[in-house]
Amino acid sequence: MPWTILMGNRPLRNRTMDQSRFLPQRDFGQLYHVLRAAGYRVVGAVEEQGALTYRELESVDRMPTGLVDHQAPGRYRLERQDHHRRFDWVGTAQGLKPWLFSAEQPLWVAREVEGGLRFEEVRETPPPTAVIGVRACDLAALALQDRHFLEGDYPDPHYRARRDQLLLVAVNCHRSADTCFCVSTGDGPQVRTGADLVLDELDQGYLISAGSGRGAALLAQLPTRPVRGWHKRRAKALRGRARVQQRALPSRDLRAPLYAAREDMHHWQPVADRCLTCGNCAAVCPSCFCHRVDEEAPLDGSLSRAVRRWDTCFNDEHSYLVGHVVRKSAEHKYRQWLTHKLASWHDQYDRSGCTGCGRCITWCPVGIDIVEEAQRLCDEVGEAERNHD
Amino acid sequence: MTDPWTPYCAQVVDRVAETPDVVTLSLRFADPDVQSRYRFACGQFNMLYLYGLGEVPISIMDYQDGCLQHTIRAVGRVSRGLTQLQPGASIGLRGPYGNSWPLEEARGRDLLFITAGLGCAPVIAAIRRAIAERDSYRRLVIMQGVKHREDMLWQAQYDRWREVPDCQVLLAASEEKQAPFAWSLGMVTTLIDKACFDPDSATVMMCGPEPMMRASIRALEQKGVAAENCYFSLERNMQCALGLCGHCQMGAPFICKNGPIFRVSDVREWFLLEGY
Repeated sequence: MPWTILMGNRPLRNRTMDQSRFLPQRDFGQLYHVLRAAGYRVVGAVEEQGALTYRELESVDRMPTGLVDHQAPGRYRLERQDHHRRFDWVGTAQGLKPWLFSAEQPLWVAREVEGGLRFEEVRETPPPTAVIGVRACDLAALALQDRHFLEGDYPDPHYRARRDQLLLVAVNCHRSADTCFCVSTGDGPQVRTGADLVLDELDQGYLISAGSGRGAALLAQLPTRPVRGWHKRRAKALRGRARVQQRALPSRDLRAPLYAAREDMHHWQPVADRCLTCGNCAAVCPSCFCHRVDEEAPLDGSLSRAVRRWDTCFNDEHSYLVGHVVRKSAEHKYRQWLTHKLASWHDQYDRSGCTGCGRCITWCPVGIDIVEEAQRLCDEVGEAERNHD
Repeated sequence: MTDPWTPYCAQVVDRVAETPDVVTLSLRFADPDVQSRYRFACGQFNMLYLYGLGEVPISIMDYQDGCLQHTIRAVGRVSRGLTQLQPGASIGLRGPYGNSWPLEEARGRDLLFITAGLGCAPVIAAIRRAIAERDSYRRLVIMQGVKHREDMLWQAQYDRWREVPDCQVLLAASEEKQAPFAWSLGMVTTLIDKACFDPDSATVMMCGPEPMMRASIRALEQKGVAAENCYFSLERNMQCALGLCGHCQMGAPFICKNGPIFRVSDVREWFLLEGY
């Protein structure tokens, strides 16, 4: 087999589909065992508190079968169906973000010592981690987080350490939730890049292809068979089904309308009237990167620790500045979130900050819909311009 | 150390109480290697860490006698604690961060420094550099506004700058009833009318409260100074200084990595909007 010589993490361009193999349904457990044998802890989506969440799997049996998620603004429900497919669900409550950019991350420790302060870096050695079930929108969001955390002047060592240990087994979506809009952002539903292995799930088994040398080496160890023509036709049809989505952002680059809308607070009042400024949207957003740095000193005074925690632009403290808060009202906060995600992100990172996963819609307690709001703002700004002409 | 988050230990070498709530600390790294590697440019800032309380961004006022100088106002928990430190105390220090004043690009031009309150601190090193290289620039105008006469920092230094050839020093107090000798009454913007400069070949460097900078931008526009030739130092909630934490975004720019010094024309739309 030529696979074994393709070591390393180099992406294999344009070759993935041609070299796909078929893994029978009953041999799916082999994927888990091959990953374990290669030294990975294996992470997959499990049911927890009524939602799917990525957790470390102590056995392949922990992965649920026959589960389908129903998502709508402010609503997430799991339904158990009468089949054994493992990946008929579309979205986990969180994407990959918590596995790389931890919700809570100790940064360093300071100790008072003779003659001054001693600072100790926090160095971690995260275990090699393979995540099974990753979707295209979350891979795109991972690329956005990579850009933010790794490609600036000061790459974040904590993110780096986890990222270097990550192996991604992606799955092509074969259906979309009502909240999905990845087709309009250009990020899904089909996996294009960024995964080590890519699966298409059929009732009889999996089309499986490698997206990297590492993935190819793992694939070579699986008891796969050649792919039949009908496997490919069936997978293609299922992928096509997932492209049918109810929601679409008006454009991939919304800078012109949103920068026009930022000038007039009347545009932001209708959404601010409903927004609770809870920050759930930012917490579940797979690309949101804001974090605050807290200082924690145990009462015995032995040391003091800097810890970073997720923060959102919906908190007053986020925009604290010498004794006052720059963004106090819900209008200002929602405007910050939306104009950053869909507009100024382009100025910062050359694309939109949204990959169309729809989590902010699902997990908003009052069901605010980012697509609907973006469309409304575009319409209002367009209307204002027409009146002006 | 390669971890950009972790500070180095530094010692307070000297402390000068400038006013009741403003203190200048002279600092030196505990490790001589760190000290000898350290370089900064006028306008950059450091993160200062107070044990048990946390870090704050403070602009570098200057470097003298082998010490970094930071002028700090007691505003929040950390800055209040820093102003209470005495010589011999240890703190954490990392930096420098951000960009610097465009002193090179401004060679051969008139230089206007417009500052108010503690906004003078991030500009002092640039003024000193311009005066040290007096021949590189044409006219110099140094403007500083304060509320009360006793809020004025480094009066003696400003008086010495009056002696520099072709250097105009203009001071204003906004809440005095009578103008002190050689002072004006009013906001620093009133000084712009008194400044002698060529609007077509002037470079402006500003730092102070945002309302003061907004008013100054308007006053300068009326004088015919293009926003492309005006620079200001901005501040937001910088918690990491590494471009990572996201708190210092003012619309598209991150103040810590794209600034803190900006050409006014590059960010004016964000700057003029309340809530960014």
